[in-house]
Amino acid sequence: MAVMTYAGTDVDVDAEGFLTDASQWNEGVAAEIARAEGIGELTDRHWLVIGVMRREFEEKGAGPAVRALAKVSGVGIAELYQLFPKGPAKEAAKIAGIPKPRGCI
Amino acid sequence: MSDKTERIEKVSVIISKGSLEGIYPGLIMANGARAEGMEANLFFTFFGLDAVHRARHEHVKVAAVGNPGLHLATWLGGLPGMSSVMTHYMAHKMDELDIPPIPEMIEMIAESGAGLYACKASADLFGLGAADLIDQVRDVITVGEFYALAAGGEIIFT
Repeated sequence: MAVMTYAGTDVDVDAEGFLTDASQWNEGVAAEIARAEGIGELTDRHWLVIGVMRREFEEKGAGPAVRALAKVSGVGIAELYQLFPKGPAKEAAKIAGIPKPRGCI
Repeated sequence: MSDKTERIEKVSVIISKGSLEGIYPGLIMANGARAEGMEANLFFTFFGLDAVHRARHEHVKVAAVGNPGLHLATWLGGLPGMSSVMTHYMAHKMDELDIPPIPEMIEMIAESGAGLYACKASADLFGLGAADLIDQVRDVITVGEFYALAAGGEIIFT
């Protein structure tokens, strides 16, 4: 485990850069992780997906994999991949400050 | 920060079998590769072409005979309709796990940006043309063209 500083906030992260304590997250942290991941400035559509990720994590204890993310968010698969080219569920979870989703579909 | 050693950047998955259990693993591998941000191609060859056959891809079945994994007596597996019954049972189990049927799974994989290709030799063998295949298939290609597409990545044969 390591400590990273995003937008002036110290956060604990695992070996892949996922926050290990979702309560350390804030929107400034999200914006800076997104820049570090090469996604650039977050649009309303990114924020919608990030919000769904955090809500699902709070309700179910885990973020959804891609198919479930598309269903729950209403954002189609193709658009999800445009928003998060390195893998929608994985990238959105990292930016949302929650653990990497473990679903296979 | 993250450990980037030995990361797979690209996979090309060959699907050569036409049974449910022959098709799903390759689809899941390709879909999972895209979900991890890898580039992914799917190459459908021989009976695997049924997975992208317009008329057949909704009717792919589990092999009820010669499939010891089902733990079903051979004589029982050979009864009329047994393959359909086992397929129905599997579909039910998969639905519980939110695994989509083959047509929907393939649509999802295509939308994720993976490339779907059909094998020319197999298409010729079965007398199939592009019109017989679902729209998501980008092209009917030769083995050589497949290797060119797969260059620089891992190849998975299923």
